[in-house]
Amino acid sequence: MGTSSRYCRRSPGARRVTFVSRGPIAIEDLVAHVASPVRGATAIFLGTVRAAPEDGAVSSIQYSGYEEMLEDELGRIVTEVETRWPGVAVAARHRLGDVPLGQASIAVAVGAGHRTDALDACRWVVEEAKRRLPVWKREIFRDGTTAWRDNADGRSPGEPVTLE
Amino acid sequence: MGTVRVRCRLFARYAEVTGEEVVEVTVPAPATVADVVRQLRAQVAQGHHLPEHPLVARNREHALPRDAVADGDELALLPPLAGG
Repeated sequence: MGTSSRYCRRSPGARRVTFVSRGPIAIEDLVAHVASPVRGATAIFLGTVRAAPEDGAVSSIQYSGYEEMLEDELGRIVTEVETRWPGVAVAARHRLGDVPLGQASIAVAVGAGHRTDALDACRWVVEEAKRRLPVWKREIFRDGTTAWRDNADGRSPGEPVTLE
Repeated sequence: MGTVRVRCRLFARYAEVTGEEVVEVTVPAPATVADVVRQLRAQVAQGHHLPEHPLVARNREHALPRDAVADGDELALLPPLAGG
């Protein structure tokens, strides 16, 4: 039996590694985790803090979360993607705390035999993460003011809560 | 006919508006998620600012208003999600 293809999982004899990062996400660690001689494709997604013109003078985004559920939910997403795309390896992390402009708040790496599976599975993980993870962000502006910001594609009160 | 004691957690703007992060709520048994939310809104200061039908998680999993709750459950009210 080979090593677990899941990043951040408790495996026999291994320490539990978290899906949550409190500092910069080490992308190379995620990539190394999904790399394998039998996987010819690796897809990587990074969601980074940006300063769009419509956002005003944002200096950073402060991410907070329901951390225990975030760990569980991201674990469920990884399990599900490994069921949908057998043979893929997934590594994912979400950062919490203050994330400066240009740095990643979420990173997903997927290794697969071929590019189609790697890209499709990576996109699926990202979309599910945005839809399901209990994470909230507060924009911090250069003048010191703050504002809560929702995802356009996140779930909101009143929406159906049925999950697949 | 007993009661159900649930540990409610509030996050982000919901914690901000109520000034509470953890609230113990007791409701008559049998009870649903919706029953607990209704009691919570009545019980905490500024509870009327919480939505009547918020996203909820029961014991760290997304849940529906009609889902049953059991004594000792943890119920989280989740503001609109903003991960990624």
